[in-house]
Amino acid sequence: MKLTVSFIAAALLAGTSMASAADLEVMHWWTSGGEAKAVAEFAKAFNATGNHWVDAAFAGPGEQARAIMVSRITGGDPMGAFQFNHGRQAEDLIEAGYLRDLTDIAEEEGWKDIITPSSLLDACTVDGKIYCVPVNIHSWQWLWLSNKTFNDAGIAVPTNWDEFVAAAPKLEAAGKIPMAMGKQSWQQTGAFNVLLATLVSDDIYNKVFADKDAEVAAGPEVFRVFKAAADTRELTRDSNVQAWNEATEMLIKGQAGGQIMGDWIQAEFRLAGMEADKDYGCLPGLGMREVLSVGGNAFYFPKLEDPELQKAQADLARTLLKPDVQVAFNMNKGSLPVRSDVDMKTANACMQKGLKLLAQGRVLQDPNLLLTQDTITQIDDLFAQFFADTTMSPESAQEQFADIIAEAE
Amino acid sequence: MASKRPNRLFRNLSSKIAAIPMALTALVVFVGGTAWTITYSFTNSKMLPKAKWVGMDQYERLWQTKRWIVSIDNLLIYGLFMLFFSFLIGFLLAALMDQKIRFENTFRTIILYPYALSFIVTGLVWQWILNPEFGVQNIVRSLGWESFDFNPLYSPEIAIFGVMLAALWQGSGLVMVLMLAGLRGIDQEIWKAARVDGIPIWKTYLFVVIPMMRAVFVTALVLITSGIIKVYDLIVAQTGGGPGLSTEMPAKYVYDYMFRAQNLGQAFAGSTMMLLAVLIIVVPWAMMEFRSNRRG
Repeated sequence: MKLTVSFIAAALLAGTSMASAADLEVMHWWTSGGEAKAVAEFAKAFNATGNHWVDAAFAGPGEQARAIMVSRITGGDPMGAFQFNHGRQAEDLIEAGYLRDLTDIAEEEGWKDIITPSSLLDACTVDGKIYCVPVNIHSWQWLWLSNKTFNDAGIAVPTNWDEFVAAAPKLEAAGKIPMAMGKQSWQQTGAFNVLLATLVSDDIYNKVFADKDAEVAAGPEVFRVFKAAADTRELTRDSNVQAWNEATEMLIKGQAGGQIMGDWIQAEFRLAGMEADKDYGCLPGLGMREVLSVGGNAFYFPKLEDPELQKAQADLARTLLKPDVQVAFNMNKGSLPVRSDVDMKTANACMQKGLKLLAQGRVLQDPNLLLTQDTITQIDDLFAQFFADTTMSPESAQEQFADIIAEAE
Repeated sequence: MASKRPNRLFRNLSSKIAAIPMALTALVVFVGGTAWTITYSFTNSKMLPKAKWVGMDQYERLWQTKRWIVSIDNLLIYGLFMLFFSFLIGFLLAALMDQKIRFENTFRTIILYPYALSFIVTGLVWQWILNPEFGVQNIVRSLGWESFDFNPLYSPEIAIFGVMLAALWQGSGLVMVLMLAGLRGIDQEIWKAARVDGIPIWKTYLFVVIPMMRAVFVTALVLITSGIIKVYDLIVAQTGGGPGLSTEMPAKYVYDYMFRAQNLGQAFAGSTMMLLAVLIIVVPWAMMEFRSNRRG
């Protein structure tokens, strides 16, 4: 009898002591090779603080992961921390009071001074309070060029978008596809957003996406972007693939000339053993206006009751922004760090170009930070239609685009 | 013993108690959930439900959205052709199977087998079969017919028929089995009588047998129609709604606006419209069906 009692007591003790060792469940959707390696760096650094990282990776697209995270938080079973693309996706959760206010930690650690560009922290801020920790920067405004394709065709590698469009007929004559693009709407919309950021002035870009000025969106400057989108449609006509990395494969094999894609594409080039500036070229801002839109990933922390877990959350928030952790994570992820004071000497030539632009402050806000998912989905639908239907004129696409912007919040 | 008339409420008490969970599920989950969804379709709920009323705004936007209109068109085209062909193919196969052929079991298994696969598998398999690079087109071309063109999934005008091909491949087997069961239920005497009267076989099928199989047709109709209206996974696996918007479906619109666009209000408006469409078709039919049963 006594024995049983002491057993139970021991078991209870063991149970409580295990719970207090702050196991923090962290949900994210980073599962591809490079991403998993990157997130393991976070786990390693967090475990070094004496806590335990419980990895809850979701193998699937971000939108499904987001749906599951939201239902867990609203359903009363919150995890310790979770990854989102920062921006307006978490707005509702913040308003409904599900997420923890990190302002005290941010002030203590001086995030305002270390995080550059500051727009990243602004995207985490609602009513003057900070709710998330930005961890990396991805930018979209790149034209990637396959040197092999251009050399095979005997053409000089273009140095900007206009030269690239002009070189297209010669590439076609040599039996190459001028431009590779997957037939998924996010890639098509992405390319349009890139054209909008690089072919018109910052002012126009901000008027369209930040101020939602429908008149400007219907105006002549933006029409130039729609004409460029129609050019893109023509250049990508023979690119019959779906996924973005299948399109990149055409660059690697020397079948296609270029691709507009975010900087995560470099992971594919690295896997193929290609070197920046030698085997492939990168033109930030398409070589037109060197500018990058900065978006990326951030961690949010649901409100929890348990003080032990709250402490673990604070530890994690601090860890994510430590200089060495930032370097280790971003080198694996292929993205840029959110603080400018870290040593990125080992970064390749293309990443250096990106870092230089960041240092110069040549940055725009990513559409994800400015538009709601609702508006983004509507624009996606528009471009899915525009790119599939060659009879749809740039004029009518622009008209519909202006309507969406007029309705946007 | 003075026998008191038992309270009607307590008659078959045990079976009524047994039915309570199901009745509750139906009431709370289905009816309750439906009412909740319809209510919130009049709000501007984004990621989370919020009771901020906006009247008919969501519906106005829905019917001004090109993608929704295209989805409805697609569903109509897909639905009509799918109904017609699955009944035609299913009935023909069943009639052939009913000719006392050898290895009937084997054939029946082969034809019904696709139904055991999920729509995701079906969609992927047919995506590959119809892929111009390594599917049917490639095989025929490699046999020597160089100009052969068969590329439905990459041609916006006919992509919906590429999807229908896959759905027919999967669904016809089920219709066949149902029809076969119906045919087996027909009294052999009727066939004999028809033969004595010298009525051709096709006429016997058309004017005698099919009218007698009414119940089977109704069952098949309900199964196939509900499958058509909720078609979603096949589209996602096979085309993702593309090229462009050419194979978008209402169910996919609802899902995308609920989870991707984080716009619950818009998604609820879409699903309410779907419910309404079903009701418009089902209610008159059910009333007719049940009234005639009571009379009969």
